[in-house]
Amino acid sequence: MTRFIALSNLRLSASVVAARATAVGIRRLGRGGGTSAPGLIAARIDPAMLTKLTSRLPQGSIVIAGTNGKTTTSRMVADVLAANGYRVVHNRSGSNLVRGVASAFAVQATLTGDPGGDVAVIESDEAAFPEIVQLVRPRIIVLNNLFRDQLDRYGELDTIARKWKGSLATLGAETTIVFNADDPGLTAITRGLPAKTVAFGLNERTHTLAALPHAADAATCFACGADLSYSRLYLSHLGDWHCSSCGVERPHLDVTGCEVELDGVESLSMTIDRGGESDRYSIGVPGLYNAYNTLAAVATTRHVGVPQATVHTALVNFRSAFGRIERVMYRGRKLTLALVKNPVGFNEVLRMLTAENGTLTVPTLIAINDLHADGRDVSWLWDVDFELLATGSGMLGATGLRGADMANRLKYAGVAESRMFTLPPDLAAGLDAFVDQLTEGEQGYVLPTYTAMLEIRKTMADRGAVETFWQQ
Amino acid sequence: MAKVRTLKITWLYGAKMNIYGDRGNVLALAQRARWRGIAPNVVEVGLGERIPEDSDVFFFGGGQDQEQIAVSRDLAGVKGEAIKSAVEDGAALLSICGGYQLLGHEYRPHEAAPLPGIGLFDVDSEAGSERFIGNVVIDSRWGPLVGFENHSGLTFLGEAARSMGTVRIGRGNNGRDRTGGVIYKTAIGCYLHGSLLPKNPKLTDWLLSAGLRRRYGEVDLEPLNDSIEESAHASAVERAFVTR
Repeated sequence: MTRFIALSNLRLSASVVAARATAVGIRRLGRGGGTSAPGLIAARIDPAMLTKLTSRLPQGSIVIAGTNGKTTTSRMVADVLAANGYRVVHNRSGSNLVRGVASAFAVQATLTGDPGGDVAVIESDEAAFPEIVQLVRPRIIVLNNLFRDQLDRYGELDTIARKWKGSLATLGAETTIVFNADDPGLTAITRGLPAKTVAFGLNERTHTLAALPHAADAATCFACGADLSYSRLYLSHLGDWHCSSCGVERPHLDVTGCEVELDGVESLSMTIDRGGESDRYSIGVPGLYNAYNTLAAVATTRHVGVPQATVHTALVNFRSAFGRIERVMYRGRKLTLALVKNPVGFNEVLRMLTAENGTLTVPTLIAINDLHADGRDVSWLWDVDFELLATGSGMLGATGLRGADMANRLKYAGVAESRMFTLPPDLAAGLDAFVDQLTEGEQGYVLPTYTAMLEIRKTMADRGAVETFWQQ
Repeated sequence: MAKVRTLKITWLYGAKMNIYGDRGNVLALAQRARWRGIAPNVVEVGLGERIPEDSDVFFFGGGQDQEQIAVSRDLAGVKGEAIKSAVEDGAALLSICGGYQLLGHEYRPHEAAPLPGIGLFDVDSEAGSERFIGNVVIDSRWGPLVGFENHSGLTFLGEAARSMGTVRIGRGNNGRDRTGGVIYKTAIGCYLHGSLLPKNPKLTDWLLSAGLRRRYGEVDLEPLNDSIEESAHASAVERAFVTR
């Protein structure tokens, strides 16, 4: 028995050594952040490495998933836990497949198989979620939302929901699922499980939608199949929902966000009620979607017992993930970058950019790539409500591998050709041609897909405008 | 002053069958009518609702599996017959993916009962074992059509069916015979998302002409400046060559 354990530890140490050597090597070669390759090698040497290391974390693991907001929520949770004095293992770069998670552990673990942390915050890709859950046996799972996203990569939404449900059913009462109860789909897959649940959601009067946007998947009752009704709808199919046919309704909220105030592309503030306690948060990330991320982070960190004052201070000091929302001074112009990756996310970014007076007034560059990480299929652009941009004074330009598709989308949305810059598809050239159109000190918005964001950031970094991301 | 011309665009099951940005096709039909002074009247027809008799152009998109079952049931009987007789009478129709399958004879899933279609097209579809995902270019009478396919269903043409074109890049109807889509009179079925019509304006105008011909007799469509559409088409074709 002793011999077996020693051998197994040896294998674990070998994994950790190999993975760390790879990460350091890649960084020296300047090939990038070195965030995924070491994990790939570690997972090959010892597939059980993650299970062993996570089982040795005194505070366990928190796995965070959802179509949108998982990177931001993970960073919020990790920041709060660090502020509470915990050593946090976190796949902070957003590399969220099994190998990305393994990388984060490999870099931090000691050669004796100590994970090198007290708690893990693991952002999980939707498709990798069942495998990650199986490997790390999380203490807490946070589920933000489920939206339609890159069907060429993930398949249909029903399929993802079914796989998640199967995975959640394997967890016992030692696991708590913190979920967004405003999402009827998440409510459906978290009902009647052995695991405990904490429901969060909004009770908000100001920031509501009149009707389900086109990009929202038909919200039907999980109990009887009838169309759901909303007394208040906040974002895509998220809201205070009920079924008029069979009476099922949004569950009681354990953590509630209310009185949300949004300040353009800058910040938001909201009151969060949790049982008898209530606190007002002002946070330097904008948009209603970030209100949901904040709510998830507060629900999670308060649940694990971080004092309210610590949560509050850490979130007030929170800085968003690279490219998610970022203000950059570039060639004397004030650029705000916001990542766009699927219809719901893009709709919310447009909602944020037009919130002040209902139209777009700031010149805006949209950068669309169709590489694997963006999704090869650009059909999703037709599910975004660009019709919102048809009125307004802000000029628009499109660049990237599929910038021409984007320009065409704007044309069919009713944007006059006189309001469109013609830009080259090459991202660096497209960015500079766009910036040339702005006057010194003028503000501009830049909305890139994932790989377009990486390249635009690199172009900016080469000119000293932003730090490279793995230094954060 | 001449009365404003109108065009009725009937969008079949828009709420249920709308994955992969297929509404871009309806936007393209409506906008290209509008830009020529023709007033489009887009009518969404859902489960249990009647097909307007004066439909000029139909659009029928793709849906998730569960939704396709309800739609198949709803199409059986009068509703399917109404679509068929409108096409016989000269109405234009574009169907994509799930919509295409349900306009054939039937769709046979792996482990469930076959879903009956309405038999507008002489085609049969069945579940395949491989998913075809990627950019597609099909050589057709409108020149190269470019779109994006994402299907595991295989569609085979019957004796009476004519292919819409020949697959140059991608897999098309079934990945075997290089046929891409089907054409019957002024009705089309295919697996091209993308959205298809906004970057293939010649096909869009062919559908609009057919719809207007049904309503007004012979119609000349005035040409539009399509430089943005052509550039979207060109870059999509280029990406198709690079990615598959």
